[in-house]
Amino acid sequence: MASDGLFRTGPRAASGSHPVVALAGNPNTGKSTVFNALTGLAQHTGNWPGKTVRTAWGTARHRGRLYTLVDLPGTYSLLAGSAEEEVASDFLCHGRPDATVVVADATALERNLNLVLQVLEVTGKVVVLLNLIDEARRKGYDIDVGVLAEGLGVPVVPAVARDGRGLPELMDTVAALCDGSLVTHPRPVVYPPDVEESLRRLEARLAGRLPRGAPLRWLAVRALCGDARVLRLLAGPAPPPGSPAPAGPAPPPGSPLPSPGFSPVVRPRPAVSRTSPETKRSAGP
Amino acid sequence: MTRTADADRIVAALYERAGTLHRTAVTRRVPGRDLTPVIDSILSSPLTGFPLMLLTLGLVIWVTVAGANYPSEVLARAFQAGERVLAAALSAVGAPAWAGGFLLDGVYRGLAWVIAVMLPPMAIFFPCFTLLEDLGYLPRIAFSLDAVFKKVGACGRQALTMGMGLGCNAAGVVSCRIIDSPRERMTAILTNVFTVCNGRFPALITLAAVFAGGAGAGRSAAGGGAAAALVVTAVVLTGAVVTLAVSWLLSRTLLRGAPSFFVLELPPFRRPRLGQVLVRSVLDRTLFVLGRAVTVAAPAGGLVWVLANTSVGGSTLLAHLAGWLGPAGAALGLDGFILAAFVLGLPANEIVLPILLMSYLSTGAMVEVGSLEALGSILAANGWTGLTALCFMLFSLLHWPCATTLLTIRKETMSARWTAAAALLPTAVAAVVCAAVAAAGRLLGVG
Repeated sequence: MASDGLFRTGPRAASGSHPVVALAGNPNTGKSTVFNALTGLAQHTGNWPGKTVRTAWGTARHRGRLYTLVDLPGTYSLLAGSAEEEVASDFLCHGRPDATVVVADATALERNLNLVLQVLEVTGKVVVLLNLIDEARRKGYDIDVGVLAEGLGVPVVPAVARDGRGLPELMDTVAALCDGSLVTHPRPVVYPPDVEESLRRLEARLAGRLPRGAPLRWLAVRALCGDARVLRLLAGPAPPPGSPAPAGPAPPPGSPLPSPGFSPVVRPRPAVSRTSPETKRSAGP
Repeated sequence: MTRTADADRIVAALYERAGTLHRTAVTRRVPGRDLTPVIDSILSSPLTGFPLMLLTLGLVIWVTVAGANYPSEVLARAFQAGERVLAAALSAVGAPAWAGGFLLDGVYRGLAWVIAVMLPPMAIFFPCFTLLEDLGYLPRIAFSLDAVFKKVGACGRQALTMGMGLGCNAAGVVSCRIIDSPRERMTAILTNVFTVCNGRFPALITLAAVFAGGAGAGRSAAGGGAAAALVVTAVVLTGAVVTLAVSWLLSRTLLRGAPSFFVLELPPFRRPRLGQVLVRSVLDRTLFVLGRAVTVAAPAGGLVWVLANTSVGGSTLLAHLAGWLGPAGAALGLDGFILAAFVLGLPANEIVLPILLMSYLSTGAMVEVGSLEALGSILAANGWTGLTALCFMLFSLLHWPCATTLLTIRKETMSARWTAAAALLPTAVAAVVCAAVAAAGRLLGVG
């Protein structure tokens, strides 16, 4: 894989031949609780190569099989461009996990679904862990897990991670995703027609520049949102047909990723009115 | 700009889909009783929020100070016993005297001081901090303080990185990763040293007990503890004020720019999981920080021993250094030996006071302090006054970061120049403040 070098010293190297499972989720959803419960003390921490973002990976055992779990940084989005979001997005795009668990907080589901939908744009091999389901019930939320799974097109597992409830079911689903016995049919978000048209054009241009199987639609979305690295890739010369496909937007193995430095970061901001009442936003300048 | 317009529409489409899914899959019954909004309004109101914050800070410091005392003593005794065993072993194998001096009086005692003095407070402080984090209180502190930090052009989350700095500045610098804006992250990194760390608490507490507690005259150690905790809390608050002032200065000079937005989620209050708090804070924080401190303290102890035992022209290298630093020390309300101790204490702040005592007593090795009274009389015999103690505390609060922290800053910023700035900026602040306080004190006839 072209970008394996990116993770030469990280979770990829440690995984050996075990399936790699990524753990994504908003901050404060209990993602680390899930990670700790599944890996116990068999975990390692370090930095993402060239980034000041902490990473943790570990080994989980389920029904006699070993899985390498990668705890991605907690993020609200994959689009905004902070170092954490780049790390999470890059790993999903180029680390090619065999399955991805998105831990969602059932008490603030709408905001959490935003990240779930973005992950689904990158990869279809997703299971949503609906954590804190007991707290949600106490707060009066009734969540129809079947309807949610149907609407997303991927399995949804309710859980109370701090008590370990739902985690065996989660690992059963992960195992089925990894060995191919469970195939998901995620339903893509439909953007306004002219955006869809732009995405199609960008996908076609990206297809010639990336290895087969790259998440073209997601990279096109990132290009439309002004992601500098995808735009640089698009600005480069298109390779002649038949030539070996170049590496993705990730830099060549071993070289440090570009640091965000002090350049202003253009971030799409989620509308405040749509966030849950628990989300407070500090006053602007 | 069509690009940003597209980004907004993409985000809007994602939110709309999330909203639709939410509406079809989730119904809300009449909500159960939820006290979170009530508690939040108490915690984030300026009238009750700030006093509660100060109370929590004072309480955590007091618990750390009071709780660390006994285990520190036990560890110190264990290390003394270990030293006797090692000394016997060294003489049994016929090691020369200088080797025994270097290894035992230098390296071993340096290590023993750092572990005995540092491990107990860290083992108490870090779990307290993790507990508050797990409870959901820390994000609320950041929220309450955001307005204050915004006024000085910094990020509210800096309050959290400062809280972490109370444990260890190196850990505090690493925690600055939670700040998204590179400009605000740099401000937080550069000012983290103004938060008193565990390495400096013991010296502050000891001096506060000696001088605020009436030079130890007729005061029990426990009674002095509360007074010392008060003085130390005042020092911590002074550090917070300096942090704000320097952040304000930075945002108008080196790190100009508008404060950024940040979305801060206030998680529901949860019952903390005690077992996990203990395991994670001990494994991830305490042992990690201790390991790094030990790797710098051992060679530093050896170096100090060499300096204190090598004579050139009739006096030791340490005495030469102190003589050379004398005028600068006097201008700062200190003396040459104190400044030399701070310079030699660069590897780890907790060895500053031991080095100083070693220089005053000319024993050629770091000593174990017998009692507060003994310490008070040693300091008084070397010309210390209340003003000297005050300047020592201020200099300790404001001076350059320790080597571990500097290395961490180098790693985090990936820049030698910012690391140099992180060393020079606090040094300049310490020099200005101490010189001003010393001059004012002398003018008023206190010194």
